[in-house]
Amino acid sequence: MKQEFKIISDFIIPNTRVLDVGCGDGTLMQILQNTRKIDIRGIEISKENSQKCVGKGLTVIEGDAEKDLSQFPDSSFDFVILSQTLQAFLNPEKVIQELLRIGKKAIVTVPNFGFWKVRLHLLAKGTMPITKNLPDEWYNTPNLHMCTIKDFYKFCNDRDIKLDKALALHNEKTASINQNNLSIKNLSAELGIFLIEK
Amino acid sequence: MNKDLNIKSLIIDRPLKLDCGQTINNFPLAYETYGSLNKKKDNAILVFHALTGDQFVSGINPVTKKEGWWSYAVGAGKAIDTDKYFVICSNVISGCLGSFGPSNINAKTNKIYGTTFPIITINDMVNAQYNLLDFFKIEKLFAVMGGSMGGMQVLQFVSNFPNKAKIAVPIACTSSHSAQNIAFNELGRQSIMADTNWVNGDYANQNKNPDKGLSVARMAAHITYLSKNGLQEKFGRKLQERDDLRFSFDADFQIESYLRHQGSVFVDRFDANSYLYITRAMDYFDLTKKYDGNLSKAFENTKTKFLVISFTSDWLYPTSENKEIVIALNAIGADVAFVEIESDKGHDSFLLDVPQFLNTLKNYVNNSYLKTNDETRV
Repeated sequence: MKQEFKIISDFIIPNTRVLDVGCGDGTLMQILQNTRKIDIRGIEISKENSQKCVGKGLTVIEGDAEKDLSQFPDSSFDFVILSQTLQAFLNPEKVIQELLRIGKKAIVTVPNFGFWKVRLHLLAKGTMPITKNLPDEWYNTPNLHMCTIKDFYKFCNDRDIKLDKALALHNEKTASINQNNLSIKNLSAELGIFLIEK
Repeated sequence: MNKDLNIKSLIIDRPLKLDCGQTINNFPLAYETYGSLNKKKDNAILVFHALTGDQFVSGINPVTKKEGWWSYAVGAGKAIDTDKYFVICSNVISGCLGSFGPSNINAKTNKIYGTTFPIITINDMVNAQYNLLDFFKIEKLFAVMGGSMGGMQVLQFVSNFPNKAKIAVPIACTSSHSAQNIAFNELGRQSIMADTNWVNGDYANQNKNPDKGLSVARMAAHITYLSKNGLQEKFGRKLQERDDLRFSFDADFQIESYLRHQGSVFVDRFDANSYLYITRAMDYFDLTKKYDGNLSKAFENTKTKFLVISFTSDWLYPTSENKEIVIALNAIGADVAFVEIESDKGHDSFLLDVPQFLNTLKNYVNNSYLKTNDETRV
């Protein structure tokens, strides 16, 4: 199992209601369903992936999170998951607000644009960085709003969004992020994983 | 016309109070089954047919001698695998393939009902078919499914009986018939009624048949089942067995010839009055009416798992209308999945060989069968 999914899974309390926003082919949903005995739903924009999920018997709706999250009532889920998708939205700020409206808590993971390899790539080569987590070229990337761990940390603080947990992930190793080590983790981690609530 | 054919039918002796106020008794409900009911009786799927469908879902239809209307989806090894599931389908009341309808004889007058037959609603159709559960001694169906008017019946079924099906698959349908769809149905009805052989619906007693009217109704409706792109690709401006235009009103174009053919084969198998009654039932369908426009309330307390399916090129029951069902279900936290299948075959996509649709349906049904049975064991 991907380390990221393992951490997400650890955040989830059994027997709760969970929504996976941008659930892809349903891999994480299946893991959570099997390990956490939760009532899990998904929303996915790609037709191919939606059909894969539904074919697995998963409760997934084909849709665009930027428009279709509005159909879910306030606090209708205990956890809402957004795994490495935030940067692909036209309006990430509004999506975060929606996540916190429909979920009592949200789990957001962001590929860190402040990771040293990304910075080095831009500094040394002068071209848009391509890494394991950011595999696309500038002209075909779905990522519209890249941010760093520091950016997201600040984003939450500025809006009084509570950071229940903030973890930095690098090479399968995780470390807690806090105000003191923020700059270091912003340099050393590939992925930030946040458990947030209003 | 079906007296000599092997049509299974049960007589429903429980009185059925219709929405129009009348009560019907001891009426026939014609049905067909495929596959076999297992010992636990947990593998039954009730399929609802669309406007011009019937109980002959799969295999050769004994009346038309053609493949059943959902042969692409239902059969051994198919999306709905009759080696695993017990598929039941019945002819809707007001239909013309053995179930109680306007072509039946009214015992009181000894004449064919015609338009003296009571107006039937989708709710009435579903309530009549519910008797099949008692007949087969099925406590809970594994699934209810259907496309178009069949989908409307799926929604009505779950609304009426929130705990009688584990999964529900409404396909290419709506929760409330739109003005455009009522308009198309009215066009069809007016076409039938304009035929002098319709004689106010009494044609069967007078040995007449409004073939022309029914055939035009079918032609008009058939266009709405296809898509502009689909038609253009299949027919374009191709000419029918001729090299040039004839400067006449013959069927110069292939599309004209095709539509005329569709109209003419339809009148051989369908009763004009049934067409009036069933289209009326569709027009009256509005699941939100009882609940002040709040569709969610129609599904309160249901534990049924839904899969809603729409098709990109379906402009008769477009994705937006199918999504309204999804939205209403999500608003109450019901278990609902949704996919929109890419297809240029229009509304008819659900009846045709559309692999993405059939594969998704197959996998969903099979995995849900495993899952819902796991849950029952726990």
